[in-house]
Amino acid sequence: MTAAHSTAPSHAGFSVRQYAICLIGIVWRESLRFLHQRERFIAALVRPLLWLFIFAAGFRQVLGVSIIPPYETYVLYEVYITPGLVAMIQLFNGMQSSLSMVYDREMGNMRTLLVSPFPRWYLLISKLSAGMAVSILQVYVFLAIAWLWEIEPPPIGYLAILPALVLCGLLFGSIGLLLSSLVKQLENFAGIMNFVIFPMYFASSALYPLWRVRESSPLLYYVCQWNPFTHAVELIRFALHGKLNWMALAIVAGTTAAFLIAAIIAYDPARGFIARRGGPGGSE
Amino acid sequence: MCVTHGMNKDNDAPALAVKSLGHAYGTRRALDGVSFEVPAGRFTVLLGLNGAGKSTLFSLVTRLYDAREGTIEVFGNDISRAPGEALRRLGVVFQSRTLDLDLSVMQNLTYHAALHGISGDDGRRRATEMLEWFDLSDRRKDKVRSLSGGQMRRVEIARALLHRPKLLLLDEATVGLDIRSRADIIGHVRRLVAEEDIGVLWATHLIEEVTLQDFVVVLHQGRVLAEGPVGEVVTANGGRDIRSAFANLTGADRPRTASEAA
Repeated sequence: MTAAHSTAPSHAGFSVRQYAICLIGIVWRESLRFLHQRERFIAALVRPLLWLFIFAAGFRQVLGVSIIPPYETYVLYEVYITPGLVAMIQLFNGMQSSLSMVYDREMGNMRTLLVSPFPRWYLLISKLSAGMAVSILQVYVFLAIAWLWEIEPPPIGYLAILPALVLCGLLFGSIGLLLSSLVKQLENFAGIMNFVIFPMYFASSALYPLWRVRESSPLLYYVCQWNPFTHAVELIRFALHGKLNWMALAIVAGTTAAFLIAAIIAYDPARGFIARRGGPGGSE
Repeated sequence: MCVTHGMNKDNDAPALAVKSLGHAYGTRRALDGVSFEVPAGRFTVLLGLNGAGKSTLFSLVTRLYDAREGTIEVFGNDISRAPGEALRRLGVVFQSRTLDLDLSVMQNLTYHAALHGISGDDGRRRATEMLEWFDLSDRRKDKVRSLSGGQMRRVEIARALLHRPKLLLLDEATVGLDIRSRADIIGHVRRLVAEEDIGVLWATHLIEEVTLQDFVVVLHQGRVLAEGPVGEVVTANGGRDIRSAFANLTGADRPRTASEAA
């Protein structure tokens, strides 16, 4: 006999308040874990600060940046790469969060989440939201330190950047979530980190403006254009200066939706990769 | 302690009804035509050697992934069609430890409460009640990492009961524990059945965990070989006791004892 899947699964019975309790519980747990792992917090800050204090300072004289939107005057190289470093914090956090999902899956913690009676898509989005909230906390601490280094965007930028951070946090979390569903063991995930994070970061507008990339390599320029990280960086760059880059917004929103849907399908009990491979605990 | 909640539909249906269930990993079949029932308010042992398919069965019953063949109903609620209704009636203790080691006992329990839509205050109240029942009140603020294996298992069972399920599933809950902790865990779970009318499906490969009062389901190489009250299974399979009946059924010379398994 074959189980019928023609009717949509029913999750009736929970109120809006209970959905909110579930979401808050997941965010709270993720925040507690983050606060307990001080090394993770420090590592998340040290990485971009090294880029800012050492790399950017060293290349300040070498890499001049002409006046390009959203900037209205010449800017220091440190100012130019700050949005890229903000996006890097979120990218690392998104991947770290997925890493923890692979770890949770191996250790079995993931099962606690997935046997909750709430719809699985809701649990996954809650988990993504928790990771995103943690990444936003990291970004604001980074921006506070950067301000001391005289990276001083307009005050409105600190507020305008928030929706951009929400969207980019969800984008990188979704990419990580999809990757985590494809990876069976933690060891494999380390390889994917290298093949995903660094290419995404370097083949983007995070370190150099795209016009400079086009001058040296038209092919790389097109690669950068196809890289969603480029558009996340630009969305953050414009927002940090109180402006909106509509194209970046459309591309980031579109790719977020695409990766999110793919990740939800990947974790779907009926259709996903998890079912074909032996499940989130891995045990048979 | 009151850990269950009554629902009219629940009174008529078996706690768990598995029908013609099959599952394969690639070309290897882990379960094949598995059918059995777990009566409400009874202690049912799912007995099988390692690799029999018990963990796959648990994964399907808890909808970690969907059954492609067959159906699973929890108190009449199909796990594929009404997963929310089915899962809220289930408490689960998996074979691998699923507690967050860096959080306290209470934080682990309130996190689980939130995953069932139970608010902070209510969750803390229920958690306090559960910890009292499992003699863990004095450890509620301690990090899980500092607990012994037996205490962690008790926390996991307390957590599984927090949302007041009517069916508790435990997958090899005593593996890796010493004799005293094992007896303690089984004692607590049997008390739940006797005092709180909770149905239990206890998966194990340790034959001495089966008593004459239990229901038993013998799972071997992905198939159910026998099902029913222990006395009937023993009689039907020409054994002197469940140990010899199991050996006759599975062809195993002698099932492992706990000391051998440890």
